[in-house]
Amino acid sequence: MSATWIAVLAASLGCYLLKLAGLSVPATWVEQPWVARVVDFVPAALLAALVAVQGLTSGNEIVVDGRLAGLAVAALALALRAPFIVVLVLAGAAGALVHALTG
Amino acid sequence: MPPDRAETVRDAVGLGLAVGLYGVAFGAAADAAGLDVWQALVLSAVMFTGASQFAIIGVLGAGGSAAAAVGSALLLGVRNTVYGVRLVPLLRPRGAVTRAGTAHLVIDETTALALAAPDRRLARLGFLVGGVVLYLTWNATTVVGALGAAALGGTARAALDAVVPAAFLALLWPRLGKGNAQPAVQRRVAIGGAVVALALTPFVPAGVQVIAAVVAVVLAGRPRRGVTA
Repeated sequence: MSATWIAVLAASLGCYLLKLAGLSVPATWVEQPWVARVVDFVPAALLAALVAVQGLTSGNEIVVDGRLAGLAVAALALALRAPFIVVLVLAGAAGALVHALTG
Repeated sequence: MPPDRAETVRDAVGLGLAVGLYGVAFGAAADAAGLDVWQALVLSAVMFTGASQFAIIGVLGAGGSAAAAVGSALLLGVRNTVYGVRLVPLLRPRGAVTRAGTAHLVIDETTALALAAPDRRLARLGFLVGGVVLYLTWNATTVVGALGAAALGGTARAALDAVVPAAFLALLWPRLGKGNAQPAVQRRVAIGGAVVALALTPFVPAGVQVIAAVVAVVLAGRPRRGVTA
């Protein structure tokens, strides 16, 4: 089995067990103030890291290309409360435009 | 059907369809990251939690190790555990089978539907209808996205490359706004996470910088007494 399949199956099972745990463990385990704190803020840190890595890096290098234009357009669209799909289509169009212009 | 039930069903179906369509972006991004259509479908069918799905393909697509990819997906999946704890008193799943099935549908959107409902009966209805509609739509659109992206050429590929970071931004955005508790602190943590990830990029194997960005949570500071999110 390939490493990708192992990662897909392991992470899928793990994420399911995390859901099941929430319905099974005593509430007091999870409702510690510091646990709530970490859980509230981990997604912001991770998602922002993924924005940065997906938008600005390639391997071990910082790379500026059409993806950054896509991010800028997406941020503008989100600020104007555009729906998800519209945000993604506009970002894709910006990326394609930069690609076409810079070839 | 009584009007309150009809309204709950309408809202839940609407949300399920709208968010489920977003599976097209996931399927396409999975293909761009080098996964085949079956791997994309297993993620949507078994993992079924959007941010974690995007995280695992994001790290794999960046050339990261399987361990880093699994780690980032699990870290983002932990919030579903907390959702489950909040949902138990509302949904009261009885028996192992009901609990196992209910657990599969515990995600951001279904939790929001259940918590927004005016009473327990409507909470269960909204959770179930929204969850099932979203699940079916999300899986169908994942396949469409994965197969569609596989047929794309150069400029369309560049478009797809720009869609993936924008998708993460769209997932992040609502957490930084007024609807969230302490948006200013969320923004501080987000900026910290991005800075840590970029600063580490030249020095660590791909994907590790994403997990390391979790340290930015310290910017949130200690929990305030009496505040439980």
